[in-house]
Order: sequence, then C-alpha cells, then structure tokens
Amino acid sequence: MKVAKRTFDAVIVGAGGAGMRAAIQLSESGLKTAVLSKVFPTRSHTVAAQGGVSASLGNSEPDHWHWHMYDTVKGSDWLGDQDAIEFMCKQAPQVVVELEHYGMPFDRLDNGKIYQRPFGGHMSNFGDKPVRRACAAADRTGHAMLHALYQRNVRANTQFFVEWMALDLLRAEDGRVLGVIAMEMETGDITVFQAKATLFATGGAGRIFASSTNAFINTGDGLGMAARAGIPLEDMEFWQFHPTGVAGAGVLITEGVRGEGGILRNSAGERFMERYAPNAKDLASRDVVSRAMVTEINEGRGCGPAKDHVLLDITHLDPNTIMTRLPGIREISIQFAGVDPIKAPIPVVPTCHYQMGGIPTNYLGEVVVHDQVVPGFYAAGECACASVHGANRLGTNSLLDLLVFGKSSGESMVDFIKSEPAAVQDIPQEQIDRALARVDRLDTQKDGANVHETRAAMQRTMQNHCGVFRFKDMLAQGVDKITEVEAAVRQTEIKDKSKVWNTARQEALELDNLIEVAKATMVSANARTESRGAHVRDDAPDTPQHPNGRDDENWLKHTLWYKEGSRLDYKPVKLKPLSVETIALKTRAY
Amino acid sequence: MAATRTVQFKIYRYDPDKDAAPYMQDISVELEATDHKLLDALVKLKAKDDSLAFRRSCREGVCGSDAMNINGKNGLACLTDIDSLKGPIVLRPLPGLPVIRDLIVDMTQFFKQYHSIKPYVVNFDPAPERERLQSPEEREELNGLYECILCACCSTSCPSFWWNPDKFVGPAGLLAAYRFIADTRDQTTNERLDNLEDPYRLFRCHTIMNCVDVCPKHLNPTKAIGKIKDLMLQRAV
Repeated sequence: MKVAKRTFDAVIVGAGGAGMRAAIQLSESGLKTAVLSKVFPTRSHTVAAQGGVSASLGNSEPDHWHWHMYDTVKGSDWLGDQDAIEFMCKQAPQVVVELEHYGMPFDRLDNGKIYQRPFGGHMSNFGDKPVRRACAAADRTGHAMLHALYQRNVRANTQFFVEWMALDLLRAEDGRVLGVIAMEMETGDITVFQAKATLFATGGAGRIFASSTNAFINTGDGLGMAARAGIPLEDMEFWQFHPTGVAGAGVLITEGVRGEGGILRNSAGERFMERYAPNAKDLASRDVVSRAMVTEINEGRGCGPAKDHVLLDITHLDPNTIMTRLPGIREISIQFAGVDPIKAPIPVVPTCHYQMGGIPTNYLGEVVVHDQVVPGFYAAGECACASVHGANRLGTNSLLDLLVFGKSSGESMVDFIKSEPAAVQDIPQEQIDRALARVDRLDTQKDGANVHETRAAMQRTMQNHCGVFRFKDMLAQGVDKITEVEAAVRQTEIKDKSKVWNTARQEALELDNLIEVAKATMVSANARTESRGAHVRDDAPDTPQHPNGRDDENWLKHTLWYKEGSRLDYKPVKLKPLSVETIALKTRAY
Repeated sequence: MAATRTVQFKIYRYDPDKDAAPYMQDISVELEATDHKLLDALVKLKAKDDSLAFRRSCREGVCGSDAMNINGKNGLACLTDIDSLKGPIVLRPLPGLPVIRDLIVDMTQFFKQYHSIKPYVVNFDPAPERERLQSPEEREELNGLYECILCACCSTSCPSFWWNPDKFVGPAGLLAAYRFIADTRDQTTNERLDNLEDPYRLFRCHTIMNCVDVCPKHLNPTKAIGKIKDLMLQRAV
C-alpha cells in the first residue's frame, strides 16, 4: 500500500474541546499544526455537554478555588492527584474568562456577569453548603463551547483534516513519539503525519457499554492506539454512571436540572435522596446518586410497568425557568421520553457517561509512564488521566478539564517544539507496517466474526459484569468473557471492501480500540478489591474499619494496565498539592 | 409505543468504487418496540448490509451529522420518528451538494460559506481581566441564533443555494452572520454588512422559507436575514 507522508510541527488527534483548545495555543504561536478528526469539529462529543463548566468566579456568592479543589479531591474519593487538581481549580477562572472573550454565549446575571448555577458536589467553605459554581449557556454549554472554540480556530487559521481517522501512534526505537498514521475516510488513502509533538485528544470510550450517553464516535481510539504502542492505561476501572439518562434511550439529562431544583422520586413519590445524602440530597456526587437510584430499583421502588427506572421531577418549577434555563432538556424529554417535563416527570436511569481513567499524564499534559515523560507525546481531555477525577468526576469538571489541560498541553508542546533541534528522526518501517497490517487484514479476512454482533457481545459483557454495582464472581467471569470477545475482534470480517467512505471498515477499526478499553476496564476492576468512588464491589462492603468499603492502606494507588500480557502495575497517588496543604483523607459523605 | 414491525425503505445508493450510476435500493428491516427513531432503523439496516454509508454521531440532535432527505424533506434521522413516516420510506442524500457515497454528501461548499462570514467575535479592545459584561437582554438577542448545529438541512433545502452555492451564503451562513452582528461584544457590524453587500451573498434570499420549515432546531434563518436587510437599509438612509 502506498503511504504518503506529511510533516508538521504538531499533530493533534481529535477536535473536541481539548484538541481545539490546544490547537488555539499552537496556531496562535505560529506553529504548523494539523488537527485530525473523524468528524467535522463541531460534531465532536463535547457538543453534547449540557449543564456547565465550573470556575470559582464567585459571581453570585463568595467562592474560592481552594473550595473547588476540596470538592474535587473529595469527589475523586482521594484518588485524584492533588497537584493536578490544584492546578485545574486555580486555572479555572482564567480559562473560563478566555472562553468568554472567544465569544462563548454564556447566560448572564443582571449585573452582566456570567450566570452560575448549583451542581452536584459543588460546595462552599470546604463542604459546607451548595454554591453556584457552574457557568452555563442554558443547557447547551458544551455546544456553545465547542462552537466558540472552533470559531476561534477559524480565526487562527488552524489546519483541520476533517474526517480522517488516526490508525496508530508512531514511535522511535528509543520510545519518542514521532506522529501518527491516519486514513482519509473519503478516499481510504493512508498518510503518515510526522510531527515533533503529538497530542491525543480523542475523548472517551463510553461505547464499551450497552447503555451509554456517549455518541457513536466515542470509541476510545486514542486509548487503543496508546495501548498498542506500549503505553499503559491508568485507572480504567473507574467509569461514571450518570444518574439521569433517559430510560431506554440513554440520552443525557443534565445534572443542571437538579441544580435548578429538580427532584428524584421513587414509585411512592418519595424524595429518596434525603435518606442517602441528608445534606446535599439530589445534588450529592454522581456515584452516590446513581447507587441510590439502583438500590431503590433493586428494592422494588422503581417506577413504570417494569419498575425499572425512577422519576426526575421538575413539574414544581416555574415553566419560564424550564423554557429559559433548560430548553434543550425539554426538547430531549419530548423527543426521547415522550413527556413534557413541564407537565410530567422524566423517566431516568443511571447510564454510562464518563471515563475517569485514560492515558497517564501530568498536569502539563505530558504523557508519563510512572514518572518518566514520553518525549513528544501529550494527551488531554477525557482520553487522558492527569488524574483530576480520580475515582469519580464532579459534574462540570469535564468541560473544565479540557479547557485547562487543552491549554496546558498546548503550551507544553509549544515549548517542546521550540526547544527541539530541527532534524527529525526517521520513522521505523515496522511501526508503519503494524498499522497497515490491521487495514490489510480487513481486506482479506474470510469466515470471520460480524462486527455488529461482536461489538454487541462486548457491550453486553461490560454492562452485565462491570456496572454500577460490581460483584466479585461476575468480575472474574467478565475477564474470561471479554477475553473471548477479544479473540473474535481479532478476526472481524467486513463485506464492504470499497475504498470510498467505508464505514464498515471504520467500525471494525474502532472495535479494535474499544476492545482494548473494555479489557483494561474489566481486568483493572477485577483486581481492585476495594470500593472507591464509582467502583463499588459486593466483597468490599461498608465496615467500621473500611468506611464505604474504601481500603486506603492497600489501594490508595493508581492502576496501570499494559496491553502486553494484560499486565497490571500500580503507582502512588500524588497527595501533595502545588502550594497548599494536602487535603487529608476522610470518609466521604454528602 | 409501536410493537415489532417490518418497515420498507427505498434508499439512494452510490459507491463510486463499484457503481456506474446511482440507484434506489429496496430494502426492509425488522424493528423492535424500542426502535423509535429513523436512526435506530438505519443502524439495524447497516447491521444487515454493512455497505450502507451514512454519517451519525450523537443520536440526540446536537451534533448535526445525520441530516438527510427523508420522504422528500430534509431532517435529522435521529430526531425523526419512524412511525410518523409513510412507507416505503424514501431516503436520499441532502440535495444540491455533490454525493460522495450513499447518503454522504460533500459539505465543502456549505462550510466555505459559513467561514466566509467570519464566524467569530471581533473586539479590538484589550482583553479585560474578567468577562466582558453583557446584560441578560443583550444576551437574549443571541437566542435562536447560537443554537445552530451546522447540519445543512436549511441551506440544502433552499433553491437559491442550489442555483448559486458558490455565491449565495445560504440560510445557515446568514444565520451565523446575524449571530455575530447581534453580539454586543462584536465591534465589526459595519464590516460584516459590507461583506454581505452584494447582489448574491445576501440578496439571493427570496424568503421562500424552506429553511424555517426544515430546521430541526426550530430556528428561523429567514427572520435573521430580514434583520440583516433592515440594518442595511438603516445604514443606507
């Protein structure tokens, strides 16, 4: 196969919030930057974020980055790295103001400042009482943000390669990253993008689960590519199940609904969160609310004929508030649940939403294996693990994550590129051949596995064996089952052999990436024999010795999963912040 | 709720790698009670015939990927109820743009027009420490404008855009043009109006209003175009 080659200062894979925020940094520094994206940039999944982006602007009431940091560390169940968390919370006001300057249409307060709403786990004064910290553009914050970032890139003349799928990461013998190899969807042509610095901003892989708020494109491409290139994946056992996906459809209903006063009710009409989180109630952290909902359903207090969901009630809100603050939610409810939330409550269930783990990085966006920087390689956004979300992410910290670490990785790349000698290394041929072999196999595979069915088998396995509540035996069986699915993935067969816009081929290549993420998740979850944040197991229950089942003595550490041999390793959590005192370990309660 | 049923389709198919010419494919699919949207059916069809090519991503009407011509009218597959459609359901690519394959069109011209209106806030004042202030009333002027998802349903339903896709900005681009004119933070209204002062770019809109009829986000490009025309008039007198 003929492979063209192009050379850039920097190549960015992914044009969601993180990739485009980094691209602004690079393009405005005058560096030759290529941004590759499977979809037109404004179709990236950042577009679906609804509720807000957190920053301690204090526009409605006093707030402080240190309180935000405390909430984030507590939300992470102390698994987050406190240096990265301090960095993110401190940077938040500045990156949000920059976004406003780019043209982001934030909602406004009467005094003209950015509107802020309450959100789950956002508290003032170190966990005291709810605070308005989520900066919002109605319930379309992600859409408004993604478009504003794209528009700024249009102004900066960023060079986009739209509808290109990256296939693999290219590394030198000494481990340095030299770029990526990618396929143009329209033609099937394959090109090497060589660059001094490569950023992965490829988003999450929520599509490993059967029921997910994630878009079809969220297939963990960056994680698959990193894993195949020998980079470990960090903390993959931690997946956020968002409390309020539309029952049946999986479409997201923002936590901002509860921020505006929405209440979760069981079949008796009871506001059950009062029993689980007496202080924060419906605005407790997402893992806490999701478990409460599943407990209600499991104990027979679910709603509907099958008693398989609970209700999100906003019928008591002023219809005007719903029309102005939650217009998108009203549309989604009507479209996907068949109810107008002004008149009737919305049926909701916990739905896979966010990947806390990812490619290990430090707060500068540099990819690190243990503490060793991988030269030339950066990651930001959901595909990266800095780690600011630890075992459970706070709502609105994902949009903040991609602004802060998109920017910091962009800055790190600018510095790295400017300090590098001009000469670039040759790319070892076997690196290119490895990617081409995957494409070639799909052209020749006979009597193989059906892509659609194999993907469905993976999704069912993840859903049944690695969900909101996890069970020792089910996890162990899950490892076997996912290994079986993996064998099928190695032999997928497509009927369509066309060179032009071959979506069958794209889906098969995406499944190669999904399966790495699924396996990393199951193996990491099976090994972590404690309960922490979103990872809760039946054999690690709440005891006086281990409140909430958390075992800091043995498990206050990050998991690292290596593809080769499906090997696990661990590294310590960074408990020391950059400038303030460590936020000391405590039992988590809301 | 609809039960299990078989739905008939007629789908525009064309793969330049193997087809001499486009053709309409008759195909049917079994749907379950949980399949509500046209996109659900397309995903099932693709499981049956993996060569069917269409774009899709968020499946909730915010990314703008799966715009197509459905029984003669442009819309998003993910927001269209299957049971609202008369069978056989006829699916074609968006009209007026070159077809790459099956339901996938080349959107280069559409985005070129969007880019031509300089879709970003321009403000010459030094950036302040904090946010630029905007009253809730000023911000409200952006409602009905900023929500555009660039799906191209509107522009590709507009006869003026079909005839002059290279010269007429089209409803999506003009909606975006007004979004920046209406933003109190932008200081280039005059330049933006100059950029549209041309027999084609703005004035090819003949208020046919197909754009309003098809917009899946219920936006009104015709109204925005009217406001730009008003501003031009005001400026002229």
